[in-house]
Amino acid sequence: MNRLGKFLQIDRRWIFLAILIAVLAPFIWPMGLPIVITKPVQDLYNAVDAIPPNGEPLFISIDYSPSTVPELDPMALAILRHAFSKDIRVAVLTLDPAGYGLAERALEAVAAEFGKERHKDYVFLGFQPGISAVVLGMGINIRNVFPEDAYGTPLSEVPMMEGIRNYDQIPLLITLSGTAVVEAWVIYAHQPYDAQIGAGVTAVMATDYYPFLDTGQLVGMLGGMRGAAEYETLIDRHDAGVRGMDSQSVIHILIIVLIVVGNIAYFGSRKRAPETAGGDAAA
Amino acid sequence: MNMTLIGTTLAALLTIAVYSFLYKDNPFYKFAEHLVVGVSAGYYLVIYYYNFIDPTVVSPVFRLRIGGDAILLGGVDWWMALIPGLLGLILYARFFPKIGWVSRWALGIYVGGYSGLGIAPVMQARVLDQIRGGALPVHALHTGQGWTNLLLVVGLLGTLTYFFFSLKHKGVLGGLARIGIVFIMVGFGASFGYTVMSRVSLLIGRMNFLLHDWLRIV
Repeated sequence: MNRLGKFLQIDRRWIFLAILIAVLAPFIWPMGLPIVITKPVQDLYNAVDAIPPNGEPLFISIDYSPSTVPELDPMALAILRHAFSKDIRVAVLTLDPAGYGLAERALEAVAAEFGKERHKDYVFLGFQPGISAVVLGMGINIRNVFPEDAYGTPLSEVPMMEGIRNYDQIPLLITLSGTAVVEAWVIYAHQPYDAQIGAGVTAVMATDYYPFLDTGQLVGMLGGMRGAAEYETLIDRHDAGVRGMDSQSVIHILIIVLIVVGNIAYFGSRKRAPETAGGDAAA
Repeated sequence: MNMTLIGTTLAALLTIAVYSFLYKDNPFYKFAEHLVVGVSAGYYLVIYYYNFIDPTVVSPVFRLRIGGDAILLGGVDWWMALIPGLLGLILYARFFPKIGWVSRWALGIYVGGYSGLGIAPVMQARVLDQIRGGALPVHALHTGQGWTNLLLVVGLLGTLTYFFFSLKHKGVLGGLARIGIVFIMVGFGASFGYTVMSRVSLLIGRMNFLLHDWLRIV
């Protein structure tokens, strides 16, 4: 077996080790690579920024589970920090049962950071199953779908929800998700009720939702950890998103090198294989 | 030692246990895997009951209350909670072969309802608005946007032609279909790149957790 062939037989655990080193090294020696703001992120930031303080609330739907926390949690924290720093009221809900604890944790942590008061500045509506039914129901009356907040307080007794009936009183709703829930918000909230929808999605889902930006069905979008890092840059509060971007860049370079070397090794070893086969046949 | 530190340490050890699978299968990985399944099942049950079944079925039907408001026994709200509750319950008739067919009633209402609710807005969002988004002006080629629009329209037509199977792909049709393949490949490449980014983010997230939240060395 030639050298190229041997490369293809490499124990994959060496690649795992190389990836681990590529992730860890930038954490220990940060490089501070520049983060350029893209239009979809800037558009979402502008849409949040345009919400008047102490008025109608920004709705955030935490539609993700622990498996996508590294990408979507930094987005949730950054958006909440942006909103609370501008005294924008926030209502948080989740359409993913596993998102309940994540939503509560993020909301309470950032609210405490900014000294915000529950029911006056923010409310946690909790979880409701039946995605499309919930999204459609909110277009008629939020109280039909969320009669009370996550802790059992009727919405009629929550001061910041006074006068908030349906999407007409919601200036912007941002869904953070790694699934097709984003599409449900577009289909059942934007289309019939003209609700303004923004999205934060995992990188793997981002390509699916770019067409919704061009048509204005989404006002803006954060794609993956990169999107979170851009939003953190915009609010000038660097956290997990920015911290992870150096590792992201180093790993991408490593993967490109591995793809190139792997292809050279594959085609190189394939070129030589017929000669060997021919030799064997002649023998 | 406070509870947060205990929880973080436990999570960190479980993270290491899961990643140990990359070296080879072992009992620590198996333990973590089974723990996730068990905890998830219990967690989901509690969340579904207290966030949905109790406030929307149990409370209105038995305690005659919806979100703090009293309702009448036998009133519209009471029936509106009872009927869907019963429909949900009869889904479990599948566990009893003799009356299993009853579950189809609930399933039929569920499928019919969702189809009725979905067809029009899905057509609007996924087809009509996307057609509108694809109908772009391509005459202003003295601007960058004009060239971008042209690229998008050519890509759209090429890709649609590639999936048009009623005529043989030769001549103009074949040329357009070949252009379509190029755009499809670029699309796959972009998706693959984003997928790599997404998967790598998960690893970065766990490393950030271990180094920042647990060990606090970065």
